[in-house]
Amino acid sequence: MAAQRPSQLFRNLNAKIASIPMILTAVVVFLGGTLWTVVYSFTDSKLLPRLRFVGLDQYERLWSSNRWLVSIENLAIYGILSLVFSLVIGFVLAALLDQKIRFEDTFRTIFLYPFALSFIVTGLVWQWLLNPDLGIASVIRGLGWTSFTFDPLYNADIVIYGILIAGLWQGTGLVMCLMLAGLRGIDEDIWKAARVDGIPMWKTYLFIVIPMMRPVFITTLVLITAGIVKLYDLVVAQTGGGPGIASEVPAKYVYDMMFLAQNLGQGFAASTMMLLTVAIILIPWAYLEFGGKRRG
Amino acid sequence: MADLSLPATAAARVEPRGARPRPALSRRNVILYGTLIVVALYYLLPLYVMVVTSLKGMPEIRLGNIFSPPMEITFQPWVKAWAEACTGLNCDGLSRGFWNSVRITVPSVVISIAIASVNGYALANWRFRGSEVFFAILIFGAFIPYQVMLYPIVILLREIGLYGTLTGLVIVHSIFGMPILTLLFRNYFASVPEELFKAARVDGAGFWGIYLKIMLPMALPIFVVAIILQVTGIWNDFLFGVVYTRPDTYPMTVQLNNIVNSTQGVKEYNVNMAATIITGLVPLVIYFISGKLFVRGIAAGAVKG
Repeated sequence: MAAQRPSQLFRNLNAKIASIPMILTAVVVFLGGTLWTVVYSFTDSKLLPRLRFVGLDQYERLWSSNRWLVSIENLAIYGILSLVFSLVIGFVLAALLDQKIRFEDTFRTIFLYPFALSFIVTGLVWQWLLNPDLGIASVIRGLGWTSFTFDPLYNADIVIYGILIAGLWQGTGLVMCLMLAGLRGIDEDIWKAARVDGIPMWKTYLFIVIPMMRPVFITTLVLITAGIVKLYDLVVAQTGGGPGIASEVPAKYVYDMMFLAQNLGQGFAASTMMLLTVAIILIPWAYLEFGGKRRG
Repeated sequence: MADLSLPATAAARVEPRGARPRPALSRRNVILYGTLIVVALYYLLPLYVMVVTSLKGMPEIRLGNIFSPPMEITFQPWVKAWAEACTGLNCDGLSRGFWNSVRITVPSVVISIAIASVNGYALANWRFRGSEVFFAILIFGAFIPYQVMLYPIVILLREIGLYGTLTGLVIVHSIFGMPILTLLFRNYFASVPEELFKAARVDGAGFWGIYLKIMLPMALPIFVVAIILQVTGIWNDFLFGVVYTRPDTYPMTVQLNNIVNSTQGVKEYNVNMAATIITGLVPLVIYFISGKLFVRGIAAGAVKG
């Protein structure tokens, strides 16, 4: 010990040294990077970032860009439907697996394996399955229904549903796993009491078990939503944003503006809007999750 | 399932215990297993189609039905996908991307886990003023859309001359792996009995001594979970790969996308599917080997979103 009274700074010195990477990441990259992007979203940066402020110009341009509006609409449709479907399908699958069935592990392994695959792989497989000439549609035509057409990847009106099918295939396994863990956490006595009272099983699920699983649902909701906002690779692989701009999404808008169109300001404004969306979802959740505990 | 044993009466003692056996083909079972099997087939279908398509020749694909098994099995598409498929000017197949991915994944996994485990340990056992604040920022950072931080990191990497290199991408992966891994390790180390830690301190062990001699050996299972999480996550990454590398350093996912979605030439669906399987193989193998640990990993890693 060099100093007689070790100053506050040197207490736990090793722990502080060991935490330097974490502190740098948190402060420089996460906090600094975010602030940097937000600040530069008010400039007219083009090829290179420069600090010439233009107020809300970039945002006005963003919200009058047709491509951005299509992106937002797609994300809204994809987001709402994938939330609803993945929660419903995930919960139903978990409830089925929770019936003390045989081969539970096998079924769970099958439902979850797509989650191990990347969005790129998922997108490419479904691009092939949904191929209008050689894919599933052709098989159905071959069965005798000759007028059958289902070509979501080439029809601008329904392309986002084609992406949704792939997204659900990849992601429901995770929801199922989280729900299954939630169901396993329900006290067996609840089930016994419900059975003694003669409450039918579906009613027990709907009115007793699901309300009890509220925390699990909220966590899952936050996780799915955070994932939805990031939707990018799947679209790139499956449709490349096409046909035309029919399946563009915000994350792709950001990338294309920053790295292809050399319109950095637009990219910064668009990514700040994405940040805002996440914040709107995240802050109430964080308040409920952590703010509540402190008070209690 | 209802286990209503009434030990008082003699009749109950004779009755067999446990659930009343159901006939195997009860209506309930038919519906239950029927639904599960149909859903399982749906989930397996894409994998099956991938494998089958990759083993067919192109004439057979043009004629036939995507579900039919190959009449003549050929491994040519696999060979072509691995060694000859073209992306732009390079025609050495996916092998280049595969080795790039290996060279990205291995150091990223090692570095991110080494840093995060020490961080988690410091946060759990050696708290200092402000440590929780930094940790909170870190966790919130995990939810910030990556798009917001893409460009500032481009600038940082350019400043230190690592933009476009594999090393640069390794740094990026180590940074973005930190929130979830730190959380994982912090929670694990916090559950270790404090007496153990105190006893070691009384015996004069310091920060690193306790970490290396006590915590590290105890945390092996959580290290395995972290490795599974990171290997699959980094292997499957596309966004960071496409932003922070150049064509000759592209990871496998980026190269795969370029091969399959290239607009030049005739589409060779069998080669595309072979390439897709090869890319998915590493995470799939990890998934099937690790089983329950994988589930534990994603339950923890789910925070990553």
